[in-house]
Amino acid sequence: MLEPQPVGIPVPNPSPASQPYWEGCARGELLYQRCDGCATIALRPGTVCGHCLSRALSWVASSGNGSLYSWTVVWRPQRPSFTVPYAPAIVTLEEGFRMVSSIVGCEPEDLAADLPLAVEFHPASDEIFLPYFRPRA
Amino acid sequence: MAHPYRDVVIAGVHNTLQARHLEGHDSESITFEAAIGALADAGVQPAEVDAVVGAHAQELVLGLRLGPCTRLPWQLGIPIVLEAADLVASGRADVVLIAAGGASMYSDRSATAPWTRPANEFVVGYGLFTAAEFALMARRHMLMHGTTPEQMAGAAATIRNNGHVNPDAVYYGRGPFTPADILESRMVADPFHLLECAMTSEGGCAIVVTNAERAADLASPPVWILGGASDSYGPAYQIAPAWDLVGRSDVPAGYVGRTAARHAFSAAGLHPSDVDVAEFYDPFSFEIIRQLEAFGFCNDGDGGAFVEEGNIGPGGRLPVTTDGGTMSYSHAGINAQQLQRVIRAVEQLRGTCATNQVEDASVALASNGGSGALFTDVLLLGTDRP
Repeated sequence: MLEPQPVGIPVPNPSPASQPYWEGCARGELLYQRCDGCATIALRPGTVCGHCLSRALSWVASSGNGSLYSWTVVWRPQRPSFTVPYAPAIVTLEEGFRMVSSIVGCEPEDLAADLPLAVEFHPASDEIFLPYFRPRA
Repeated sequence: MAHPYRDVVIAGVHNTLQARHLEGHDSESITFEAAIGALADAGVQPAEVDAVVGAHAQELVLGLRLGPCTRLPWQLGIPIVLEAADLVASGRADVVLIAAGGASMYSDRSATAPWTRPANEFVVGYGLFTAAEFALMARRHMLMHGTTPEQMAGAAATIRNNGHVNPDAVYYGRGPFTPADILESRMVADPFHLLECAMTSEGGCAIVVTNAERAADLASPPVWILGGASDSYGPAYQIAPAWDLVGRSDVPAGYVGRTAARHAFSAAGLHPSDVDVAEFYDPFSFEIIRQLEAFGFCNDGDGGAFVEEGNIGPGGRLPVTTDGGTMSYSHAGINAQQLQRVIRAVEQLRGTCATNQVEDASVALASNGGSGALFTDVLLLGTDRP
C-alpha cells in the first residue's frame, strides 16, 4: 500500500510568494494563484500573470478533486529517508491546473490514467503539511 | 547571406580517462587534464587561446597563465559550443578553449547523485529525482502512443552494447545485452529499470574552436558547425514536467527540442534524412524514442517502432549514441557528459572512431538535455564547409 512519507524527509522552504500556499496546506486547503484579469492559473506562485502580464493575482481555493495525469513508482529512494515504494505523480485538478504530488491509499498496480483523486494533507514537519492525493470513489 | 559559422572550425577534442572514480582528482584538476589534451589534439599553444568557456574557465585562465583572456564560466553543453562559435564568428576571439570535468562529486551512494535531487519547494517533499521526472514524461507517451517497455529497453540495449565494445567506455565489456536483459534489471522509477538509466562516473573533456584561417595548417581535418539551437520551457525540477505544458507556441514540452532542431536543419539547409549518425543524449531509454520523433526522424508516436525495427544500431538507418553514451561510456558531473556527445560527433566526422565508426559520415547530430528537464539542445556538424 502506498503511504504518506513519515516526518524526516526534506521539507519545503517557502518563499515570500508561496507563503499563502503553505499556510493553506496547513489548514487543509489547496490554494492556487489566478489572474484577476484573464483567469490564467499560475504555473508557480509569482507576481506577474504569465499570460497577460497583469500584477493583479489572487489566491483561490481548489476543490481538491482531480485526476491522475502521469505517475511513476519509485523503488530506489532519492535518499534513505524516503520509504519505498512511493508514487510521485502529476495531478490535473478540476480547475484545470497541474501539480506534482504523490499518490497514497492504493496499490501501485491500481494506478491508471484519469484515476479520480482527492487531496489530503500530511505533516512533513511542525509547520509544513504536504498535499497528497488518494483515489476517490 | 553567408552562413554565420562559415569561418568557424572545431579543431581539437579530447576525453580524459573516464572511470567510476578517478583517484586523486577533483572536478578542477580533471578539467585541466582535458584542456591540455584538447590543445594538444588541435596543435595550438596556450598563448594562442584568447577565450575560455566552461565551469572552471576562471581557474583555467589563472592556472594556464592565459590572462588577459575572455572567460565565460558557464555550465552547459551544446550552448557553450555555440557561444564559442559566436566568439570566433564575431571576431571576438581566435582560439576558444571549452573544458569541463566532474570528479569527487558523488560519495554518498545511499542517495541518488547530488545533481539529480531537486530542492525546489514544490517537488522536494515527493522524493523526485531525474529518473522519476523523466518517467512522468515517458508514461504520457506510453498512454498516448502505446510505447512499450520492450521498445524502450531496445534503445537501452543498443546504446549499452555500443559501450560494451568501446575500450574507452567505463562499462567496456559489460555486455552484451538483449532487451530482455534490460527489463530484468531492478526497477528504479517505473517504467525505468536500472539499465535504462544513465550511470554516474568521473572524467573530463575539452574542445578547441578556432577560425578557418588558423585551422588551415592544423593536424586534423576541420569539422564545421552547420547549425544549432536550444529549447527550454523553464527551470528543471520545479514544476510538473507535463508532456502537454506549452509556452506561447503549440509545441508541447514533450517535444522540447523540436523547435531547436528545425532551426538547426534550416541553418544547415538539411533534412533529418541527411544525418549519418545521431549522437543523442541518453539520460534514460525513452529519451531516444522521444528525440527520434521530436527531431523529425520519424512521425510522432512511431519512435518505439523505429527502435524495434533495428534502425538505431550499428549499420542501421540512423546509428545512435555510438560510444555508449551516458549509460555506458561515461556520465561525469554536470556538463562534461553533455559535451561528450559533441566530441563523439566530431570523431565520427573525422573517421577516427575505433569502434562503431559510421562509414563516410559527413553529417552528425548531437543533442543534450531531455524532456524531464524541460530543455533540449541540438547541434549539427559536418565535413563540408557551410
